[in-house]
Amino acid sequence: MKVVSRFQPPPESGPKVQFVFEDEQITAPQGISLAAALLAHSGNATRRTSTGAQRTAYCMMGVCFECLVDVDGVPNTQSCMTVVRDGMVVKRQIGLRTIQGGDYV
Amino acid sequence: MSDVDLIIIGAGPAGMSAAATAARGGLKVLLLDEQGHPGGQIYRNVAKNGTSRSWLGKEYASGARLVEALDNPHISTQFGATVWRLDDGPTVVWSKSGTSQISTARHVLITSGAQERPVPFPGWTLPGVMPAGAAQILMKSAGMLPRDAVLAGSGPLLYLVAAQMIDAGCPPKAVVETQTPRMMLNALPHLPKALLGISTLFKGLGLIRKIKAAGVQRYSNASDFRAHPNEDGTLAFSFQAKGKETHLNCALLLSHQGVIPSTHMTRSAGIAHEWNEAQQAFQPVTDDWGTTDRTGLHVAGDSAGIGGADAAAAAGELAALNILQLCGCLNSDTRNQRAAKARAGLLRARSLRPFLDAAYAPTAETLAPVDETIVCRCEEITAGDVRQSMSEGATGQRQMKTSLRTGMGPCQGRMCDATVRAILCAPRNTATDSIAPPRARAPIKPVTLAELAALSKIQAGAD
Ligand code: FES
Repeated sequence: MKVVSRFQPPPESGPKVQFVFEDEQITAPQGISLAAALLAHSGNATRRTSTGAQRTAYCMMGVCFECLVDVDGVPNTQSCMTVVRDGMVVKRQIGLRTIQGGDYV
Repeated sequence: MSDVDLIIIGAGPAGMSAAATAARGGLKVLLLDEQGHPGGQIYRNVAKNGTSRSWLGKEYASGARLVEALDNPHISTQFGATVWRLDDGPTVVWSKSGTSQISTARHVLITSGAQERPVPFPGWTLPGVMPAGAAQILMKSAGMLPRDAVLAGSGPLLYLVAAQMIDAGCPPKAVVETQTPRMMLNALPHLPKALLGISTLFKGLGLIRKIKAAGVQRYSNASDFRAHPNEDGTLAFSFQAKGKETHLNCALLLSHQGVIPSTHMTRSAGIAHEWNEAQQAFQPVTDDWGTTDRTGLHVAGDSAGIGGADAAAAAGELAALNILQLCGCLNSDTRNQRAAKARAGLLRARSLRPFLDAAYAPTAETLAPVDETIVCRCEEITAGDVRQSMSEGATGQRQMKTSLRTGMGPCQGRMCDATVRAILCAPRNTATDSIAPPRARAPIKPVTLAELAALSKIQAGAD
């Protein structure tokens, strides 16, 4: 079920970018963070923990790591620290420590 | 030979004012910040917002002049740059767009600011629960306004966000305040000193008046926070107020219990830290000028102890004047003379702090929450798990890490260190400073192995 965004839509004016989240095409104002764009799009979780609990971006300032998503095949990307770009392909992340390319120290 | 004279880590009020002062005095400065624009969290996006988003208020807009002062040929800036290692030398290792670089300087000034104090309660990990400061970041950086939101907790920022929401036309559904009459009593003795900062005090009262005038429902002396998910994704928030259980439905629950210094960088650099009882947080030990026990490493602003934006800008200027003197650009008499104005400003800005610290102290249940509360969000460890581990003999944060993995996830303890510590100290009423601050090790932000490998190749090539 799609949960409506917990935020009012950002102002209409200004240049936009388009990106893909899971199977959806999303339009967002240029220059905002990917986490902001995802929160503006819906109130759904963008990450699941390894026990299956749902999480969304929390601190918006790079501290909590709740906003991790897969961007263009790179997992563990902090979406609150990533500016949304045209053509980005974004996926939900399950768990924190994924193996392919995401071997973090 | 160093790359520059001074590296400043963090472009908030302290870092920006230090950069301008140092550059005017003739030093070559490199200013690094993790965000895409200068301003720190307090003045986030201030230059870009200009006169739009006027609901953020005059205080916020005043940050623009600090950003303008960065326009100096002696200052080079790197935004989107994450520092993940700081060593003696001093040497700073930072990463930008997936590539790491090493920069050296005669001095390094850490102005890494503050983070919100974690506010754990049952349900705080649910989508829809966020810190009030996070909502404010979305307002500043994306013009996104909270919808159907309840503000809960205590502290000046809670009132500020409420007032900004009212001015933006999306008033909070309710403000649920946790401060107790006892805290206000404890704060009263600090009031005479606070009069030096009377204008700030009046601004605070103005915010409260605005909330009252807007007819926002207020609850006071609230406790026992709990959030449950509703079917439609909204939240059922419950709490006790005036001995009654109260329920509110909302899309967003914005919590706040004050801010604490960000100390991962200063701890990882081996700087000595002390416990600040009034602020219930660790802070690096510094002198009047921001110097630390590590040669060439200085700290200023909220990362040296919470004082707010005006105090941070003044402290940044003082640290820069001192570094100018250490570099031989000023003699100590001139330094002291030129510091007089910033010193007075710092005194004024800090005068209100003891009153605020006491009046809006974090509640006991925030510091050491009930058993079922998740305290380590990364590894999903509850307060009950921590207490269980204590009953099995764990007495310090190190042991807790080994037995439970608290603080071993990607946030490296930023969201649980304070809570684990408070739980450890609670039963025997141990003075909180008898437990040493947890160690922080580089890399203090995750770096990929590929990035590390590329960096060591560069290093090998240079040797
Ligand atoms: S939301 Fe906390 S790190 Fe991104």
